[in-house]
Amino acid sequence: MTENTCQDHGQLKEIDDFIDQLEKQGSLDGKLIAILHKAQEIVGYLPDEVQTHIARRLAMPPARVNGVVTFYSYFSTVPRGKYVVNICMGTACFVLGADKILEEFSKQLGIQAGQTTTDHMFTLNALRCVGACGLAPLALVNDKLYGKITIDDVKGIIQEYREGGVGNE
Amino acid sequence: MSDNATVNIKINDIPVAAKKGDSVLDAAKQAGIHIPALCYLNMHDLEVLNRPASCRICVVEQVGGRKGKLVPACATFVFEGMEVRTNSKRALHARRTVVELMLSDHPTDCLTCAKNLDCQLQTFAAELGVREIPYEGEKTNFEQDLSSHSILRDPNKCILCRRCEAVCNEVQSVGALSAVNRGFHTTVTTAFDTPLIDTQCTFCGQCAAVCPTGAIVGAAYTKEVWNALNDPDKYVIVQTAPAIRAALGELFGLPAGTDVTGKMVEALRRLGFDQVLSTNFTADVTVVEEGAELIHRVKHGGALPMVTSCCPAWIKFVEHHYPDLLDLPSSCKSPQEMLGALAKTYLAEKLGIDPSKIVSVSVMPCLAKKYEANREELGDVDYVISTRELGRMIKEAGISFNDLPDGEFDSFMGTSSGAGDIFGTTGGVLEAVLRTFYEKLTNKPLEKLEFEALRGIEGTVIKEAEIEVDGTKLKVAVAHELRNARKLLDDIRAGKSEYHAIEIMACPGGCIAGGGQPNHNSSEEILKKRREVLYSVDKNKSLRRAHDNPEVKKLYEEFLGEPHSKKAHDLLHTEYVKRSV
Repeated sequence: MTENTCQDHGQLKEIDDFIDQLEKQGSLDGKLIAILHKAQEIVGYLPDEVQTHIARRLAMPPARVNGVVTFYSYFSTVPRGKYVVNICMGTACFVLGADKILEEFSKQLGIQAGQTTTDHMFTLNALRCVGACGLAPLALVNDKLYGKITIDDVKGIIQEYREGGVGNE
Repeated sequence: MSDNATVNIKINDIPVAAKKGDSVLDAAKQAGIHIPALCYLNMHDLEVLNRPASCRICVVEQVGGRKGKLVPACATFVFEGMEVRTNSKRALHARRTVVELMLSDHPTDCLTCAKNLDCQLQTFAAELGVREIPYEGEKTNFEQDLSSHSILRDPNKCILCRRCEAVCNEVQSVGALSAVNRGFHTTVTTAFDTPLIDTQCTFCGQCAAVCPTGAIVGAAYTKEVWNALNDPDKYVIVQTAPAIRAALGELFGLPAGTDVTGKMVEALRRLGFDQVLSTNFTADVTVVEEGAELIHRVKHGGALPMVTSCCPAWIKFVEHHYPDLLDLPSSCKSPQEMLGALAKTYLAEKLGIDPSKIVSVSVMPCLAKKYEANREELGDVDYVISTRELGRMIKEAGISFNDLPDGEFDSFMGTSSGAGDIFGTTGGVLEAVLRTFYEKLTNKPLEKLEFEALRGIEGTVIKEAEIEVDGTKLKVAVAHELRNARKLLDDIRAGKSEYHAIEIMACPGGCIAGGGQPNHNSSEEILKKRREVLYSVDKNKSLRRAHDNPEVKKLYEEFLGEPHSKKAHDLLHTEYVKRSV
């Protein structure tokens, strides 16, 4: 299931640096989730190797780390696209047609929710309420929020990233 | 109000004086009212607790308010004036529904399941009179893990009580198992679903011991043993570990604490074994070898503390978690492997039998012994069966166990001292070693053979003793459960340990509670009674020191030479492997 690619040492070192920083601030107890967040930000997803690496650093059984990673839907154990498109399906977004927006993204990208495009550019996900109901319906692309969108906006949003314009890269 | 304050409650209209802090389940038990429980696991003295309140089978009705409410008895605590009904129509209906829902996603192969008639889910379904499963839905379809020689896992039979996870993580601090995924896809498995054989699992088998269903069971070798017994070209020998005699009777309805040594030996003969030998004999040899090794280490500045090496789960644990401390465990093979090695050399020579015709079987209270017998550097024992498997073979053969006369072990490699007999309980190995160590070093008889300070099963307490030998004080410690071993090893690593010798057994209480023993349903009473069998066997013997065992003396005279000699080393000692987590 999970691709066991050898992580480049730069990425593991970045994770280590983050853990070192946390350690300087105090105990690492209860910091697992924060570390996993950071690791996913660095690597893009959480392959077995990264989970094991973090487990060793925290002197924690790898099984427990794996339990946490697989419990939270935010964490991914499979490679994700460079841009993760999250469509909010919370109540406010849903009544304003979020399902249609998701459908349009799905059509434009040629993938279903939960899948990644073959060129590894986009991953499409449906999310529960992100707490910005005033902007419903909304989509998130990585950390950038697009509020009050319509079906007609979808093509433009995708285009922005296809052209390699914005985002966090 | 003190902690022992009484709280007056009513259960099913019966007044009950409960203890403050008790759960409804505890209080009901004291009042003689049975409430079924699956996820709840509480061994008080051993400080083993699992209370996720997730299975909901212990649901009871708490009276009060307009309608009363359904609560889990395991996680609802008593208060003054509380009224509870464990058997109201509403409570029983809810309880039955819980079981029906569990069964709606549970295989129905009970007749051929390894836990048939020994399964708590099955028992409770029967007690509640479940006659149909009204719910139909998706069924889980997980892969089984049959990778190890010790423990087999079928996650489809798992009810997610997470007892196994609790013992693996909290009691043993091994952490091989964890719940992964969520919702319907939740399962308890290894990291990344790695086959158990490739993980840091120690095969202690405590997960199997607490599993209420057939989700985690021991690997079975009875078929192979039957084949060997029926093969006229094979000479089949069997050895039984010290803890078997203290528990085997339970499988035949005898009360816990019945010593069935004689019946066990007779049953083995009737099953057709050519030689019935005792692992207790090689326990005595272990004492002599380990005692000599300890003397050598103390006198010549060897690695200290020396740690006992009989327990294969502990050995695998130290290999994974403390690979830098592998010079500490005694290099002695375990008694099982010593007997295996001696049977195919010395005994074969003595009996004039071609060693290649010998099939060596052992009956162990332990699932890790199955793993041990398959370790690359060992392998003199061909098949390891558990106490439970032996029970099944006896039943299969139609032997009326309780009516058997007492048999005697074979005269060579069957005799043991009381020292070897107490190997099956926590504290027993070190007590046995100290008896020999003291007398060998001082040439004086030890006045009091019992080391009371090393006895007992209270969980997180690491037991200690000091023994003065020729003016030198020797400090020793005993730990059971691997979480306690971890404390001792962390201290050693930190340079804070002052011990000369340490005994470690992985299972709570030692081998008497091993993963291959009859199901004790987490009853500490049963474990204490098993322990008492071993101590009384020792007490009632005149032969109580391993080095006095005439068969052991003869073994050294005729075959091995001196303890710790080259020949003894070649045959009876081993090496350990560095592993990672």
